[in-house]
Amino acid sequence: MKQVAANMAGTVFKVLVQAGNDVTAGQDLIVLESMKMEVPLAAEGAGKVTEVKVQVGDFVNEGDIVVVLED
Amino acid sequence: MKKVLVANRGEIARRIIRTCREKGIATVAVYSDADQEMPYVREADEAVHIGPPPVPHSYLNIEAILAAAKASQADAIHPGYGLLSENEAFARRVIEEGILFIGPTPEVIGQMGDKLTARRIMQQAGVPIVPGGDQPVETVDEAVQMAASIGFPVMLKASAGGGGIGMQICHDEEELRQAYQSARGRAKAYFGNDAMYVEKYVERPHHIEVQIAGDQTGQVIHLLERECSIQRRHQKVVEESPSPFLDEATREALCQAAVLAGKAVGYTGVGTVEFIVDEQKAFYFLEMNTRLQVEHPVTEEMIGLDLVALQLEIAQGRPLSVAQENIHAKRHAIELRVYAEDPVSFLPSPGTITLYQAPALEHVRIDDGVETGTKVTPFYDPMIAKVISSGTTREEAIQRAREAMQQYLITGIKTNIPFLLEVLEDERFVAGEYNTWFIQERKPKSTN
Repeated sequence: MKQVAANMAGTVFKVLVQAGNDVTAGQDLIVLESMKMEVPLAAEGAGKVTEVKVQVGDFVNEGDIVVVLED
Repeated sequence: MKKVLVANRGEIARRIIRTCREKGIATVAVYSDADQEMPYVREADEAVHIGPPPVPHSYLNIEAILAAAKASQADAIHPGYGLLSENEAFARRVIEEGILFIGPTPEVIGQMGDKLTARRIMQQAGVPIVPGGDQPVETVDEAVQMAASIGFPVMLKASAGGGGIGMQICHDEEELRQAYQSARGRAKAYFGNDAMYVEKYVERPHHIEVQIAGDQTGQVIHLLERECSIQRRHQKVVEESPSPFLDEATREALCQAAVLAGKAVGYTGVGTVEFIVDEQKAFYFLEMNTRLQVEHPVTEEMIGLDLVALQLEIAQGRPLSVAQENIHAKRHAIELRVYAEDPVSFLPSPGTITLYQAPALEHVRIDDGVETGTKVTPFYDPMIAKVISSGTTREEAIQRAREAMQQYLITGIKTNIPFLLEVLEDERFVAGEYNTWFIQERKPKSTN
């Protein structure tokens, strides 16, 4: 199981995947927005999305888990 | 003009309030729930609450701002930069309400805000533009055809893109074919619009802009250039004037092209014509910013004039109070933008400033919007201050900037100050030999 964490504090701007999706390494999963900047969060490796913990508009802190993947 | 509402926030609201005060004009600040405690709100003569923190509900809420202007009986609105400053509909609504808009006409804002219209007008006026397609490409084959006609390398761009998202450099047909589908997919996912453009990619470019000013009699002058090549993610970090890269002949040609651009649209107010300049010093029109620029203090310190005062005069219908022959670079000026961000990853770092102490040095100007206790929220731009140093030589300006950055004290949030100090020590920066690749090509030192 792999957890994808927010790399900065901000709001969830886009959710690009949902539970059950297969994703490839480098694929964008979530786009965060903070201080006018949109920062995509990508999967480090391939896997299946088991849980998306956030919705568009949610506020997250740096380090919060936003997506869980299984290999 | 008796009372100006500043439709902005932070350092630029404070900056505009300062000049209004010097001119005996009353000021009105507007603020969201997140900004109630900010210094600019306190410093204005009056302040009106306009809504919750997210910008669509406050600083981009045209009707809320107009209501604030009417309630406070402001007779003019200064839009600052960003936010509604280049919004044609806003300028139109301000004028409809019988309020003076401090900026160019809504028509000019609209024309320059549309990339293709701006290109067409400049091309007709004889201002050089980047070779490229004026129509979106529909298929990968069309993209390849377009690229072949203008020559590789090319930049593949999402029409709706911004801030570097959806832009890709392609050196040959194979790269373009590979990039096309993914760039298009990204554009669709991000912007809901997958129209793509192909244009000539200028390698190792400089980003140099020219400040212009035009009055209602049709007179347009230039106020020399600003070198803005030090950028991260297409956002400027350090600017200086004069540009160490330009020779006199290129400078003159560039400034004349900017005047031509201003005259082509009958520009009124202060504005900026942005160019990219290649290594052989050929230059191309990039866009025109129809507002006061973040980095305007560089020009003010170099020439010795107040651009906000100039805006107020022009808006009131007065002819330009300064003549072209009196515009000279009297000093060398450098601006450093202080961002609330990680100095290595450049990712935003919102939080509360627990201690804020700006340097107080001769020939170092600080335009800031925060103080000890300010909450830097994730809702707005990460820029919290600008440091503008000047000297009779570039070396002197750099040395003063170093002293200022060493003395700057900000705790509680991460800032890019360690990064700015590295730039000021970088051999290539010190030699004045850099282009827009400067930040990517630097070997990062250990910073924390």
